[in-house]
Amino acid sequence: MLPLFRLLNRHNRMTTELSNPLALIAELTHRCPLHCVYCSNPLEMQSRQNELSTETWSRVFKEAAAAGVLQVDFTGGEPLARADIIELVRAARASGLYVNLITSGLPMDETKLGALVEAGLDHIQLSFQGAREEIANEISGTKSHAHKLSVLEWLKQQRVAVTLNFVIHRRNINQLEEMLAIAESSSATRIEFANVQYYGWAFANRENLLPTREQVSNSVEFMKREQERLKGRIRIEFVVPDYYAKYAKPCMGGWGRKLLLITPSGDALPCHAAQVIPGLTFENVKDRSLREIWEKSVAFQKFRGEDWMQEPCKTCDRREQDFGGCRCQALLLTGDASATDPVCSLAPLRPKVDAILEGLNTAPPAEIFVKPNWLYRPNPS
Amino acid sequence: MPERALRLNGPSLEIIERCDGKHTVQQIVADLQKIYSKAEPQKVESDILGYLALLHDQRALDFT
Repeated sequence: MLPLFRLLNRHNRMTTELSNPLALIAELTHRCPLHCVYCSNPLEMQSRQNELSTETWSRVFKEAAAAGVLQVDFTGGEPLARADIIELVRAARASGLYVNLITSGLPMDETKLGALVEAGLDHIQLSFQGAREEIANEISGTKSHAHKLSVLEWLKQQRVAVTLNFVIHRRNINQLEEMLAIAESSSATRIEFANVQYYGWAFANRENLLPTREQVSNSVEFMKREQERLKGRIRIEFVVPDYYAKYAKPCMGGWGRKLLLITPSGDALPCHAAQVIPGLTFENVKDRSLREIWEKSVAFQKFRGEDWMQEPCKTCDRREQDFGGCRCQALLLTGDASATDPVCSLAPLRPKVDAILEGLNTAPPAEIFVKPNWLYRPNPS
Repeated sequence: MPERALRLNGPSLEIIERCDGKHTVQQIVADLQKIYSKAEPQKVESDILGYLALLHDQRALDFT
């Protein structure tokens, strides 16, 4: 394409060499003013009293930067629920990290936003639960939608990169055009239409969240058109729910390859759902340095490389692209964390996923217009 | 960029270093033509323009 230059946009080849982490997902708290039915937090959440101190997080940022991490993603729960969020942003910036805040926008006022940007915030990812007040508030279990629209206005006055994240599922997949209209009237340069993935609370509410096959294919058509129309102005990223995909997703860029997550109490995980996997113990940043945990901890070593793979992954041509898919999903759907991710069309247990989709896609259409009996995510103590 | 990183080496690093809100595209082209004096000047120019357009589409940079 450009022989004089090499642009990083290729999949890294799987080698037996240990790669360094590139991004740190800092799950600062499980406290949150919203109760989203699709939340990927674990069903058992951390209480406030176990949260790491400002000092510990600051040390973790330094260790992360020294280990080669480029970016920190503040998330939760709601990261703004932390009283020390400004200091945390400052500390992350001082360590030389690109600072990203993943937020619902609650609680935040114009002053706080300005203070975050001044403290060194590079990028903000603001979530939306729908295009309309009624559905957004139903999904989040909170009056939240109107406030987010105010945040969009304030963002226009700030020098910070903005991504809007619309979380998509059966109950709002018919609002894509309206969601896009909201995004186009904002200062966002990037939009994620993020189909719900089935972990945590989303897994519990899956029956009421999974879109139909027809809804998915309509959305694919829509995205193709709009990505083209908005080229050079807004970058749209979109992925179908992987139950509907042909192959497994390269989850986290591979287990222990590029990303690590620190829970509110300081446990280091290869991904946000890893605690569902039985028999894994996770090390804590209070006890050991980040680099040591990354390189040596049993949990991080568990699914690195190829030795753990079963057939067909073991000899599959795609294993260097998708790294065998998602271990947590394999556990949730098959009971075996080492199994081939059953969303893959090559997986022996793909029929399990097909059965789930079959059940949904042959249900009577009237069902979709009744408000479901949601399991709302509570706020931990 | 959020969720993406660019590994810059040689020419791409020279270009990105000059994306500072002060350099014009023509200045960048002229600088790199000097640095890479053995390469065809037209090729250098078209490669730079292509690279900047790509980054613009990715929303990693803007022209002012």
